[in-house]
Formats: sequence, structure tokens, C-alpha cells
Amino acid sequence: MVATVETIEAVEQATGAYKYGFVTDIETEKAPRGLSEDVIRFISAKKLEPEWMLDWRLKAYRYWLKMTPPDWAKLNVPPIDYDDIYYYAAPKSAEAPKSLDEVDPELLRTYEKLGIPLNEQKMLAGVAVDAVFDSVSVATTFREELAKAGVIFCPISEAIREYPDLVRKYMGSVVPVSDNYFSALNSAVFTDGSFVYIPDGVRCPMELSTYFRINEKNTGQFERTLIIAEDSSYVSYLEGCTAPQRDENQLHAAVVELVAQADAEIKYSTVQNWYPGDETGKGGIYNFVTKRGACRGDRSKISWTQVETGSAITWKYPSCVLKGKDSVGEFYSVAVTNGAQQADTGTKMIHLGEGSRSTIISKGISAGRSNNTYRGLVEMNKAAENSRNFTQCDSLLVGDTCGAHTVPYMVSRNPSAKIEHEATTSRISEDQLFYCLQRGLDEEEAVSLIVNGFCKEVMKELPMEFAVEAQKLIGISLEGSVG
Amino acid sequence: MSLLEIKNLHARINDTDILHGIDLTIGRGEVHAIMGPNGSGKSTLSYVLSGRDGYEVTGGDILLDGKSVLEMEADERGRAGMFLAFQYPVELPGVGGMAFLRAAVNARLREAGKDEVDQLEFVKMVRAEAKGLGIKDDMLKRPVNVGFSGGEKKRYEILQMALLKPSLAILDETDSGLDVDALKIVSEGVNLLRSAERGMLVITHYQRLLNHIVPDQVHILAGGRIVKSGDKTLALEVEENGYAGLGDAA
Ligand SMILES: Nc1ncnc2c1ncn2[C@@H]1O[C@H](COP(=O)(O)OP(=O)(O)OP(=O)(O)O)[C@@H](O)[C@H]1O
Ligand SMILES: [Mg+2]
Repeated sequence: MVATVETIEAVEQATGAYKYGFVTDIETEKAPRGLSEDVIRFISAKKLEPEWMLDWRLKAYRYWLKMTPPDWAKLNVPPIDYDDIYYYAAPKSAEAPKSLDEVDPELLRTYEKLGIPLNEQKMLAGVAVDAVFDSVSVATTFREELAKAGVIFCPISEAIREYPDLVRKYMGSVVPVSDNYFSALNSAVFTDGSFVYIPDGVRCPMELSTYFRINEKNTGQFERTLIIAEDSSYVSYLEGCTAPQRDENQLHAAVVELVAQADAEIKYSTVQNWYPGDETGKGGIYNFVTKRGACRGDRSKISWTQVETGSAITWKYPSCVLKGKDSVGEFYSVAVTNGAQQADTGTKMIHLGEGSRSTIISKGISAGRSNNTYRGLVEMNKAAENSRNFTQCDSLLVGDTCGAHTVPYMVSRNPSAKIEHEATTSRISEDQLFYCLQRGLDEEEAVSLIVNGFCKEVMKELPMEFAVEAQKLIGISLEGSVG
Repeated sequence: MSLLEIKNLHARINDTDILHGIDLTIGRGEVHAIMGPNGSGKSTLSYVLSGRDGYEVTGGDILLDGKSVLEMEADERGRAGMFLAFQYPVELPGVGGMAFLRAAVNARLREAGKDEVDQLEFVKMVRAEAKGLGIKDDMLKRPVNVGFSGGEKKRYEILQMALLKPSLAILDETDSGLDVDALKIVSEGVNLLRSAERGMLVITHYQRLLNHIVPDQVHILAGGRIVKSGDKTLALEVEENGYAGLGDAA
């Protein structure tokens, strides 16, 4: 893949125009800790970005400086020192494990259960190793097939250089730079992410997965993804992987924007399993994500499916803006929290177009001392004639030290629109557990079976291979939570 | 060595003593029936035997194949060959029947160090067993016990027993809720599973069941004790005269 071939000369050439306080650092490919306009210029230069992109970033940064972090979520977020973060190519810290022996044994046990090969274990656990993927060839054949279909799938930084018109037209059009604190931050400093373009009438010949998107090593901290589906096209995109990933960067703030034109369909599936930290939550990732899809065209459809099991803190509301007539938005979610994890997640369905429909199925599972909140907004606007929403929000409690909360907001400005909301809270009953145990299933398998039964409606929305792994994952995430 | 030996078993739940010294021995190939008034501790005995959480053994012992099971968890006892057909089978929403049955069978196979079942073979086997018990294919596709009628649930218990082939089967009021025809079908199913290796403990209120599943011995449980034991004629006696006069607590 061409995008990541950056030579120091090229960078220096491009960066010569600017004055940095840390010029010498360019050779070491690092920016200093902390955030400033200089750092943003550095990032932009390293990415060989055009001027407009830099301006866009700087504008976002200036917004961000004036903003404050959201405080409305039911989350207890320790103060984050934004000046203590590396925004570009953080050096491997002394804290990074040097071998698997230094990695949390719990994490290793999980890898074993998921059957992850040793090399990949190292990479996921953040052990310093050279690239272990031998998927370059896989990715190449993959790319050829996509190119034949006219599909563009590449790192966002490559798209900024190669397809500037598309990127300029759409980036920030769904999630404006100033949308929220974390999206503004992301807009200023993103270094990574995917770009997908599906032309008119094309059905993407395969499921696109971030797993095959080879790019820079330090992936994932400030990802920026943009997917555009032109008229009558279809794409299914998979993000994340089931193996718990460690990352030295505690703060993750991604932005994902989807645009579906007339009769187009985008199916976006996520399995999020960032390291949740130890039993006190120490070392766990903070995941503050802004995901939004715009159903711009008539009869367009966007479907979000997520399985959230990782992270110490999750703040995430994949949403749909249903502008097209008869457009469809869907949100299927399983959020599992255990130990000291906190999740505040849900969706927003903004109905603008006539006859637009949305479905929300949320399954929250809380165990340990965790807190799990569903927060959702359904908004029927004036023109949303005869629009419909159905929301089903179920919580399952495992044990009695955890919390489950449901916070639905409903706004209707059109009397012909209908909103239906159902919510339940239940526990894994001792009866159910004993019934399974009696049949010889061990407790782990029993809990996994019962919980997967609870989430079935969501799991069946996942692509097949993902679903099988996700099922296993849910069982593992709840290990030790009963009895 | 007997299959099951219950020795002077005392047990309590929630600080209430329920079983006050039960002695009962079941040999391989034997079927024992337990009858007794409501609340006398029959289901409690079945739970204590199968190791349910919260049921505390305060005295005595339970030996399976000569080995005490008191230190074993419920799932270990299950895999060791104990099976309980529940008086009130539990619904498992969303849990597919086939997946559940397969998980149970595989748990035993794994324990025995054997390979897991072949999926297709297993489905065939389940269908065949189900047919014998008058269980419709459609029921096998539904989540475990969800929306099953009372009688369907009981048949499903026996289906599980047939698949798991336990060495000791405890049937807690499997006959209640069954219509006449179902009673026959289920009893036949149970009788098919009678073997020289297997022991059964059949809890019932009705002598009628024992016409179909003829027991070697009948015990009357009252007030947490076995107050009388005898052959199958004891069940007829109870049918005739009730439990009056059979024990202080009855
Ligand atoms: N969780 C509990 N806490 C306190 N007492 C209990 C509990 N469970 C059962 N009991 C009591 O133990 C006694 C025995 O109950 P059990 O269910 O074993 O009776 P049974 O013989 O099976 O009755 P039935 O014929 O109605 O099924 C009853 O008095 C019951 O109220
Ligand atoms: Mg009972």
C-alpha cells in the first residue's frame, strides 16, 4: 500500500515551509507531547496534506479550545490532561510490555480462549514487535478486486491526497467540526482511519474490514472514517476485532461519517473490545466516539450494529439523520459492562423526511460493579409525515452491585409520526442458572448461553463470522461475574 | 456398591431445616418412587441431591457410586451422571433448543475426554428421540421451554434425559400436567431408559404413574423424613387412605 511510504526527505521538504519549535524532532518522526497549532501543522505536513486540510484542522482546533467536555453522560470521567498526550507517533514508553510475560495474565487467558496466535497476541497486547501481519498480499488481491468494481477503500490520509474533491465535499458534512468536544479534537488531530467510496449502482463485492486496512502502526487513537455510498449502492463495513486490544493511548476519540444517497444501503458493524483495565479499571481505554450517518437520498438505509464489551469508559451514540423520503435507520446494540467499566451508549434517530422509519434494539448487560446506560433520542421533525420509530431497550443485570439505566428522549413535532418505546430490566435468575448447571454446563457456559439468548436479536444482525466470535466474546467478558 | 446412598441426610434452605435425616439406597437397575404430601420436602430432596446453590447439607452424606458428592458443584454432579427432570422446567428466552441440548451433551463428552458430537448427526438423533416422545420438530427450533405448554415442558425434560443418558435420573412430578395419552407416551419413554446400569427416583403424587412405571420400592416422605417404605402396593394404600396415619408429620 502506497500511503504509508513516507520518507523523511519528503516530510522535510514539505515541512520546510513552517517554523516549528521542535524542528530537530522531525528526524525522529515525533511531535512533542501536548497540543498546539504547531503540532497540528506538523501532523498535516507529515501526512503531506494539502493546505485546505490544514486550515480545516486549525479551525477545528480553535473551536475545540473554546469548548468544554460534555458532562451530561452518566459517566465518571477522571480529568484528562490533553497536554500530556502524544498526538503523533508516540514513542514507545518504558511502560510498554517488553514481552508477553509482562502482560496482564487475564488478558493472555482471554487470547488463549479466543484462539489467537502468539504473534498476534503480542501485537494486540502492545508488545514491541515488528509488524506481524503477513496480510500484505491478502490486502493486495483484495484491493484489485475492489478496484475492478470501482470501489475505493484506502486510508483516509491517502484519500485526502488522492481524492481531495470527494473528501472536501463530504468530510465534516455529517459530523460538523464543532459538533462536540471530542469530534472537534478529532478533526484537529486525526491521523488514521478509512475512506470508502461506492459508486452508483455498485454492490461492494465483499465485506470491508478495518482488519485488512494496513497502515500506520499506532492505529486507533484518533480515527476518522468516511463512507460514501452513491445511488443504489451497497456496502457492509466491519470495524474492530473481538480480541481485547491494549493501547498505550488511554484516550480514543474517533469520528465516523456515513453518507447514503438514494436507494443506497450502508451496514456498519462494530465489535469494540479495547482493554477495559484491571479489576479497578486501571489502564483501561476511554472511548469517546462520534458516529453519525446521513440518509440523504430517498429510500436510503443506514444500519448500525455494535457489540461493545471493552474500554474502561464508553461514550458513543451512533446516529442516523433520516432526511430522505422513506429512508430507514437502524441501531442494534449489545453493550456489556463488567468490573469497573462504565458505558453510556445509545443512538439518535433524527427524522426529517416523510415516511422515514427507524428501529432501535438495545441490549445492555451489566455485571460486577459496572454501570451501563442506554441514552437515546428519537426526534420527529415537522416534515416527518407518517414517520415511525420502534425502540426496544432491554437491560440484564448479573449480580446486584451493578447499575443499568435507560434514558430515552422523545421529541415529536409532527402529529402523524409514531414513536413506540418498550423497555425491560431483568436478571439472570438463579432458576435459569441452576437449570443449565444441572444439565452439566459450567457456570461460564451457562451465563454465556443465557446472555447470548438475551442478545439474540442483535447478534443475528452481525455478519456470520463476526457473530460467532462475538458470542464467544460476550461469554468471556462476563467471566467470574456470577456466584 | 450401590448407585446412590443417602445417609442420614439433613438439609436446610434459608435457615429453615427441611430434611431431617433421610436414608435411602438405590441400586443399579432399580426404580424407587417417592410419594408424600405437599411441602414434605420431595423437591427439596431432589435439589439437595443435585447440588443446587442455597441448599445446605447440615448432616449426613450422599454417595454416588460410593463417592461423596457433597463437595461437587451442581454441574459436576450433572456431568457425573445425575439428571433432574424438573417439576417446573425453566424458560431460557433466546436460547435455541438445539444449541442447548448440544451444549449439554458436549459438556459430558468433554468431561469423558471424548470428541464433541457431529452437528448433523446430533440433529438427526434429537429428531428421532423427539419423535418417539411426540415432540414436534417446530418445538425443537424454539428457545428452551419458552411458550411450551405444561405437558410439552415435561416431554422436553424426558427428551433431555434420553439424550444425556444419566446413571441416576430423578423425576420430580413428571406426570403432573400430562394428559392421559401424554402420560403413556412419557412413561414409555422412561421405561425405555430403564436399564441394569441406571437408577431412577420417581417423585409423584399419583399411583397412576406407577402403573406405567412400575417401581421396585415406594417411600413415603413426610415432614422431611421417610416415614414408610414398601413395594408398589404401598402406593395403592396411599391412594386409598391418604397419608393419614403414616407418620407424625404427615
Ligand atoms: N427457598 C425456601 N425458603 C424457605 N422454605 C422453603 C424454600 N423452598 C422450599 N421451602 C419449604 O420447604 C418445604 C418443602 O418444600 P418442597 O418444595 O421440597 O416440597 P414438595 O414435597 O416438593 O411439595 P410439592 O408436593 O408441593 O411439590 C416447604 O414447606 C417449603 O415451603
Ligand atoms: Mg415438589
